[in-house]
Amino acid sequence: MTSNMVYYTRDHEWLKVEGDEATVGITDHAQEALGDITFVDLPKIGKVVKAHDSLLVVESVKAASDVYAPVSGTVSAVNGKLGSAPELINQAASGEGWICKLKPFDAATLGSLMTATQYESFLAEH
Amino acid sequence: MTSIQKTPLCDAHVQLGARMVDFSGWFMPVQYDGILAEHHRTRTDVTMFDTCHMGRFWVSGPGSMAGLSLLLTTDVRVMRDGQCKYGFLLNEEGGILDDLITYRFNAERWLVVVNAGTLPKDREWIRSRLPAGIAFEDASTRLAKIDVQGPNAFAKVQQVLGIEVASLAYFRFKTFDFGGEAIVSRTGYTGEKGVELYVDSTRIVELWNRFVEAGVKPAGLGARDTLRLEAGLPLYGHELSEEVSPEEAAMERYAAKTEPYIGCEAVRRRREQGPAKVLAGFKIEGRQSARAGQAVLADGVRIGTVTSGSFSPTLQRVVGFAYVEPACAVPGARIQVDTGRNLLDAEVVKAPFYKAI
Repeated sequence: MTSNMVYYTRDHEWLKVEGDEATVGITDHAQEALGDITFVDLPKIGKVVKAHDSLLVVESVKAASDVYAPVSGTVSAVNGKLGSAPELINQAASGEGWICKLKPFDAATLGSLMTATQYESFLAEH
Repeated sequence: MTSIQKTPLCDAHVQLGARMVDFSGWFMPVQYDGILAEHHRTRTDVTMFDTCHMGRFWVSGPGSMAGLSLLLTTDVRVMRDGQCKYGFLLNEEGGILDDLITYRFNAERWLVVVNAGTLPKDREWIRSRLPAGIAFEDASTRLAKIDVQGPNAFAKVQQVLGIEVASLAYFRFKTFDFGGEAIVSRTGYTGEKGVELYVDSTRIVELWNRFVEAGVKPAGLGARDTLRLEAGLPLYGHELSEEVSPEEAAMERYAAKTEPYIGCEAVRRRREQGPAKVLAGFKIEGRQSARAGQAVLADGVRIGTVTSGSFSPTLQRVVGFAYVEPACAVPGARIQVDTGRNLLDAEVVKAPFYKAI
């Protein structure tokens, strides 16, 4: 298994793999496009999701948007700080603004996700 | 479909880094450095808004007061020179064609300020119904407007234009010189102290830049919407439409005059029949927002529809408006909003949700 690797989706999520756990967040591009985030509808721990299914919803002042599961897995932890400080996603989308962790998760489909370099090219093209 | 329209300040917005969107056929700034920052700046300091997209009509000449009195719910006959007043343009069925502000310069000179999306419809409606002999001019292109809003608005206007507005009463205006006749009124759409400034459109970029140089930052339509919602002010196309009467919109006090006007009999008839739905404010503890179009329930039964809903940056909870059955439009009533993902518990409350002025 590839450890400590960050993957990206076409829906602008990131997935950081550390051993048998994967952390999910949205990219800086996504937070910029959404604008001020006012609410994160955190998933329940134990929620089982399939890749590409809606994992949770984030709300900006203007709209509600789905965040999709980059891979299949089970929600093992959520970033509780987002409950009262959803702006952490705007301030640090790839760090303190992480949203939840999946454990276990299906590592078999990681190859279909983008690397950081591929995601940058994807952004440049879209 | 005509191409998208631009205000004279369009280039200035792009230079200031605005995110531009199509609003009622106009290319307008939705935000500059962020809706929340612009919202809080308006509540605590001062911001300015490009409102050139709105419609401005001059109505003048002998009989103009009687003509307007017939067209508007506004009691123009009791207005004084230098006063402005909120009111409605209704159709024959009592439905709201637009909400607008009427300015009285004198008994024979009036300015009517309408919404952007309804401008062409209003123009035809008013022009074709004003009695002969009354002059009507659509000055929307010739006369431009910006709104300067916030607790420091008066000080900035004094600093930039050298005119004193702090002593101007709410919903009063005066004229000043800015390369011709310019107007400052103590009005706005934010629930804060502030003014609307009308100048010749050839001078609006200069006016805007003078405020920029004085440190006034712009705010976009995103903050304009959250500010007006907190202040309990309706937005045409959301709370107001041709489908609803002033009474249904819980604004019958703006259609209370005794003189006849277009739609007044329908308003009376609808009042006697009793409205099927009434606009109600609501609040939701928490951050998940209700959104326009979502169903409103009471005891599991559908009783209405949300017209506006947003996280309130000032109150740090969600507020909104919905059309509901009259029995539920009572402060304290418990209702629910179906977001499609879950049900949000809401409480009917009296608007405004936030009051500064």
